[in-house]
Order: sequence, then C-alpha cells, then structure tokens
Amino acid sequence: MTDQQSHRRPVLELQNVHKAFAGLVAVEDFSLDLHAGEIVALVGDNGAGKSTLVKMISGVHAPTSGTIRLDGEDVSFADASVARSRGIEVVYQDLALADQQPVYMNMFLGREAVRGPLHLLDRKTMIEQTQTLVDELDVRIPSARAIIRDLSGGQRQGVAIARATRWAKKLILLDEPTAALGVAETDKVEKIITTLKERDIAILIISHSLDQVFRLSDRICVLRRGVQIGVRETAATDKNEIVSMITGVS
Amino acid sequence: MEGLRSITRKLDLQHYVVYLGFLAIFAFFAITLSGDGFLTTRNLSNIVLQTAPATIMAIGFVFVLSAGEIDLSFGSITAVSALAGAVVMQDFPMVIGIAAGLGAGLAIGFFNGLLVAYLRLPSFLVTLATLGLFAGLARSMTNLRSIPVINDAFTGFFGSGALFGIPSLILWTLGAVIIGHLIYRETRFGAHVIATGDNPGAARVSGIKVPRIRLAVLMISGGCAGLAGLLYAGRLQAAKYTLGESDLMTVIAAVIVGGTALNGGKGSVVGALVGSLLMGMLNNGLILMGLSVSDQMIVRGLIILIAVAISLRDTGR
Ligand SMILES: Nc1ncnc2c1ncn2[C@@H]1O[C@H](COP(=O)(O)OP(=O)(O)OP(=O)(O)O)[C@@H](O)[C@H]1O
Ligand SMILES: [Mg+2]
Repeated sequence: MTDQQSHRRPVLELQNVHKAFAGLVAVEDFSLDLHAGEIVALVGDNGAGKSTLVKMISGVHAPTSGTIRLDGEDVSFADASVARSRGIEVVYQDLALADQQPVYMNMFLGREAVRGPLHLLDRKTMIEQTQTLVDELDVRIPSARAIIRDLSGGQRQGVAIARATRWAKKLILLDEPTAALGVAETDKVEKIITTLKERDIAILIISHSLDQVFRLSDRICVLRRGVQIGVRETAATDKNEIVSMITGVS
Repeated sequence: MEGLRSITRKLDLQHYVVYLGFLAIFAFFAITLSGDGFLTTRNLSNIVLQTAPATIMAIGFVFVLSAGEIDLSFGSITAVSALAGAVVMQDFPMVIGIAAGLGAGLAIGFFNGLLVAYLRLPSFLVTLATLGLFAGLARSMTNLRSIPVINDAFTGFFGSGALFGIPSLILWTLGAVIIGHLIYRETRFGAHVIATGDNPGAARVSGIKVPRIRLAVLMISGGCAGLAGLLYAGRLQAAKYTLGESDLMTVIAAVIVGGTALNGGKGSVVGALVGSLLMGMLNNGLILMGLSVSDQMIVRGLIILIAVAISLRDTGR
C-alpha cells in the first residue's frame, strides 16, 4: 500500500462485525479497512467464517451487530442489490450461476440490456459484449450462447469472474476464485486480479493457497473459528507465521 | 442408455418433441379418422375454440412453473371468476362484469402469492389448499346452480363473436400467446422469472427481487385463469362451479409437453400453445375413434407419462 492510498478514505470499513446463526457464532468480532487498489487476502481453515464475512459485506446476510461502511456510508442492513448498485461485485463460493441459462444472460443477470420503447431484451448487444469480454479475459468457452450446464467447472468459474470484472467499480470479493481451476487457468485469474488492482479496485480474496496469497496480496488477515487472529503486511511476514496463526499451533 | 441420453440432449429433442408429437398425432388421426370428419375445417376449428380457455391457463402456468413454483388452484379460480362475472352482469353492465371476473382471478392469485412469496409456504401446499377452498366457494356462491349469461355483447366478445371473420376465441388465444410470449422471452421481467426458477440464490444476489417475482407469477396465473373463466362463460353463455374443474391435468400436460421444465428455469409459451392444441386434438380424436371415457383417460394418461419422461430426461434429474 502506498502512502497516498493510506491517506484516502477506505472503500470498505468493517467495525466490530459479529454474526451468529441461531446460536452458532460464525464471526466473532471483525474489523478491517480496505483501500482502493489494495488486495487483502482472507485466510483460515474450513468453517472459519470467511464466506460468512463476504456475504455480510455483499448484503446476503445482515450482521448480528457491528457496522459495515462503503465509502463512509453505513450499509449494514442493505440487501444484495444495494451493494451491487454501488459497484461491489462478488464471486461466491456457492451462489453461482443460473445453470440452464446461456452465458450472456448470466453475464447480465439483473442488469439485462434493453432496447426500443418497449424495453425488450437486447440479446444482440449482450451476446456481443459477452463475447468481447470473454475473449479479452481469455476465458475459453464455446460461445457466449453456451448453456452454463454444459460448461466445465473451470469454465463456469471463468464466467463468474468475468462477470464480476465486467461490473466491479469499487470493490470485488472473491471467495476461492481458483479452487476449481487448473494451473494455467489459475495463472490467468491471478493476472485478471492484478489488472483489477491497476484499475484501482479494492479486492478481498479468500484462498486456501498460501502461495497464491503471498503472490497477490498486500495484507493478509487470518480468521480462526470466527475469531480475527490478526492482520499482517504481506511483505513483513512469512508462511510459517501465517500457518501458525491459522492453526493456532506455534 | 448414456448414449441415448447424450444424443437426445445434443438434438435438444425436448425443443421439438411437442411439434413432432403434434404432427405425428395429427397425421395418425388424419389417416385413421379420414372417414369420420376429423379433417374438416369445422372440426379443426372446433378443436381450437374448445382449447382456448385451457391454452390461456397454460400460459399462466408456464410463468409459475418457470419461476420454480406451482399453481394447482387455477381451475377453481376459473370457476370463481366465471361465476363472479356472471352474477355481477345480472345487474351491471358488461365492463363491470369483466372487471369482477378478472379481479377475482387476480385477487386469488395475489392471495396465493402473498402466502408463497412472503410467508415462504410451499406453493404446492398453498395452492392445493386454495384449490379446495375456492372450489367450495364456487359451489356455495350459487348453491350449485348454473348462472345464465344473457348479455349479448359479452357472449359475442368472449364467445361466439368474430372480427374480420376470425372467431373471438381464436383472437383471444392468439393475443394471449403473443403477449405472453413477448413478456416471457423478450422482457427483463421474463428473464427474471426464469432466473428465479433456475437458481433463486443467484437471482437474489443479482439484485432480482425474488419474492416479488413469486408474487407476480401467481397473480399472472390467477389473471389468466380469470380470463379463461370469462371465455368459458362467454362460449357456454352460462357460468357454473364445474368450469375449469377438469382442466388441471390437461393444462399441466400441455405445459410440460410444450417444453417447460417441471423444476423451473426453462419454458415456452408457444410450446404451451402447441401442447394445449395437442391435448385438444387428442381429446377430439379419441372421441371420434369411439373410445369410451375410461379408455380416453387411460390413453391420455399414458401420453402424459411419456411426455414427462422425455421432459425430465432432458433436465438430467
Ligand atoms: N446460512 C447459514 N446458516 C447456519 N450456519 C451457517 C450458515 N452459513 C454458514 N454457517 C456456519 O458458519 C460457520 C462459518 O462458515 P463459512 O461458510 O463462513 O466458513 P468458511 O470460512 O467460508 O469455510 P470454507 O473454507 O470451508 O469455505 C460454519 O460453522 C457454518 O456451518
Ligand atoms: Mg467458504
């Protein structure tokens, strides 16, 4: 993070965020600021509460207590459409795509292009833009018209990432974006993430690959069973420290 | 088996099965019943006229199924709407009767929709309950009597009339199919209905107001059933609690045969029209063949089974 960035107002501010599901505490007490053009990696074992945190930021779950601010504005209890209208995009681990629809409809889901006085769907534009985008990002799918169900896991993930990059303006949340990908595809996604950073977009990435986390991130934040263990500057830490923070064994 | 499955998927057989089935059954009846008047213009146009109410119910049903819900109550709604229209028209002008009929349909759809969308009760159970509820209401509304409709303007408009020589029932069918198709295939609303049925979670995080979609599709179904009730009342010049009672299986079959997925996320309004015509043709042909009512039911049941098997194979479930 450069000096200039740290003086700017954070894009995302999380303050004492807490989430309990019917008695089960998923996230204990989480605070984090995220700045434009910064990549923060969120790591922790299975069930640590990482996805829950992402879903609170994107408005899928409301926090039980605490505040979430975007550009200084409190959005703690807004729903998913609010986050997205503010330029936040998410690649979810589980809530993925509409399987029986073509790629281009997924790309524009909820924001379909329309034309004419009757506001009829403008499939031509959507297909063209989708094709351009997947070509640009080198997502190898048979065509923008292909049905999601007929794609491989990696191709689907590529579509979800392409969609997020297409619409993100401020902040992008990536929940294990490369979990289903091969080596070459992982490499591609990491390149895409780097270009997002260059577009001055703030990025929160969840990953179980520490190699990847160290390649990409500016800071690393560790969660263990819902508890925020700490945040480290990537340049000032090493894998051993992070592993012992994740596992609690030193 | 796997091979067959992949071939049927490659050809997307389901897309065409309704048209192929339609042609096959049409050809079969045309040949076997050539001496029995199947191919006369009069008989063919009769088929279209008789299926008009079912086709319109089927359009509503396409929306409901596509959104991942179901409406079992539309038959009862048809009866209540027809009766409401007929009773009101005994004392008031046609327009108010029409408003009463359509209003009743929309109101029941709204009621179904509220329970399903906002209380998250399963639509299967809600509409199963309202099916019984409004069937009972239709019976008690008029003490099981049939209510005559003597308003000539109304019976012309919804029944025996014609414009430029085209019977009004055909115009209603065409109009409903065109509008239904446009909304379903060419608007954002239609896309949101389909996405909701396909993956409600993905729809929700995409900013689609999923509860509103669920409410809307059940209201569309109610409104379509209301219109179907008016068409029945116009054609028969009377309303009775039995209207729509026997349409449940026909309409579901027409819609599934027409390529709408039982689990949502995929459908076709034009397919539902062809499916409905196919069902009407089947009815007509089986009667002309001299099959007894019980045999007709058996044959229809078998055909529906085949159609459902093909439809579900394609969705891979
Ligand atoms: N909708 C929910 N209802 C109830 N409990 C939930 C819900 N979502 C998550 N949990 C629970 O919250 C805890 C944290 O889950 P979460 O999905 O955030 O973990 P995670 O860190 O993303 O794990 P993973 O690495 O396996 O994806 C788990 O114990 C999980 O069972
Ligand atoms: Mg997770």
